[in-house]
Amino acid sequence: MYWIPLVLLGAFLLGFVTSYNRLVSLRNIFNNAWHQIDVQLKRRYDLIPNLVEAVRGYLTHERETLEKVIAARGAAVNATGAAAQAKAENVLTESLKSLFAVVESYPDLKANQNVMELQEELTSTENRISFARQFYNDSVMAYNTAIQSIPANLVASLFNFAPAEYFQADEASRAVPKVDLR
Amino acid sequence: METSAPYCPKCGAANPSDAAYCYLCQARFTDGAERDAATAENDTHLQAAFPTVEAAGGAPQTFRIDRPISFYDAAAENVLRSQFLFLILFGLFFILGGTIGAAYNNWQGGVAVAALVYVILASVAWFNGASIVLSLHDARRADPVNDRQLINVVEEMAIAAGLPPPKVFVMETLGMNAFAAGRTPREAVVAVTRGLVNKLDREELQGVVAHELAHIKGRDTLYGICAAVLVGAVAMMSDMFLRGTFFSGHRRNSEDSRGNIAFLLLGVALALLAPLAAKILQMSISRQREYHADAGAAEFTRNPLALAAALDKISTGGTHVPGENRGTQHLFIINPVQSFTGESSALISTHPPTAARIQRLKTMAGTA
Repeated sequence: MYWIPLVLLGAFLLGFVTSYNRLVSLRNIFNNAWHQIDVQLKRRYDLIPNLVEAVRGYLTHERETLEKVIAARGAAVNATGAAAQAKAENVLTESLKSLFAVVESYPDLKANQNVMELQEELTSTENRISFARQFYNDSVMAYNTAIQSIPANLVASLFNFAPAEYFQADEASRAVPKVDLR
Repeated sequence: METSAPYCPKCGAANPSDAAYCYLCQARFTDGAERDAATAENDTHLQAAFPTVEAAGGAPQTFRIDRPISFYDAAAENVLRSQFLFLILFGLFFILGGTIGAAYNNWQGGVAVAALVYVILASVAWFNGASIVLSLHDARRADPVNDRQLINVVEEMAIAAGLPPPKVFVMETLGMNAFAAGRTPREAVVAVTRGLVNKLDREELQGVVAHELAHIKGRDTLYGICAAVLVGAVAMMSDMFLRGTFFSGHRRNSEDSRGNIAFLLLGVALALLAPLAAKILQMSISRQREYHADAGAAEFTRNPLALAAALDKISTGGTHVPGENRGTQHLFIINPVQSFTGESSALISTHPPTAARIQRLKTMAGTA
């Protein structure tokens, strides 16, 4: 009967290793998800100059709106720190919203193939940003659930798997910008 | 806890219990016996998980949507159910092998032959990738400029699902349908028809694409292949046994050759029944995977009503695709070959009734 403790020890070690590995992979998923949000934000920065270029000729009387977009983009690109950046992103989203409202009132512009394509790209980018944030929060939930459940919580406390924080949209940006011009 | 959902006597769609009209075909409900009869008849649609109970005339059951379900619960429940069904299917397969073997006084041999048949069929299926399905249905690579919105929607949903973006294909037809194929997320493809792109709005298209991505994330092509292979293997072994060619080499010595009469009879009975049972199990796995993908789409889009609206549009707008056939019907979001009205047989359908799927989605949104 000397083998019984050995088998138990083996089973314990196996469970320990698998749950440690699972926590590591969940942590990597949500870390990666966080960087995916940045990738999509970058995509938006890259699209905005094209959009401004495409509508500039038509919107000679709307200089102010265009300048706001450009300034907001600059501020968002240069923002440092998560809170400041989130704030700058919200300003940018707002300025894009008003730009699209302006575009709506110029029928020529609305029908312009180039502008339509850019609008689709920006709609898609806004969606990508919010889906990336959603996926980040989903992976945070999966990770937090894992580190709080028995038996993985033992492994988590032993190896300092701290609970992750959710991305929280502030009140202003909770009203999703509707860039929906089909 | 279980409430009885009334079914439309004309088209079989499930309706709220206080409805005066069928929401699907607009037929007026006549209260009383007629509607009750239709409800009783349609009970055979129900409870995909335990078809054998229904077949045996078990207690009448209803769509299990009598309580609000979140998509998390729905997804977890569906996974458990399809794994359970899979286990039964595997069990059936090896029991068949073992029983046939026992009829020859060699049950280990029977299990070994079963495993061999499985490995051969599985490797054939494994190396027939997505390309065959795509060419069969005349699907072409989506154009990066003209199909920009479709490609964008697919990439957005891939972000929401946490998957690498799949390749996008378009089938040039006015029918409305979509399918996903590929054994792993890396080699996955999503194909939709031109009619679907034209007639659905952006959110509905998102719902459909999210459903397909949920299939990819749940490795449903793999599930499908494994189930189809098991069904094929069960049919093949039954045939071999009934034709007396299971152990074709006459290498057994004389005292073994009479076999075991009890197992012989059991083997014949199993060989006759198992192919049917396997088919029913395969189809109910397929239906579970559809519910699962619907719940996944609700999770990715956070908008179950868009998919519900899309399913409604698709089912009324014609689902035909080029090259549709019974071999690939299970892949599509709505079966293009079989229509899901009251006449469709619940036990051997690849998909649940569309009305039931819509109802579940509405429940996830909290509006049913």
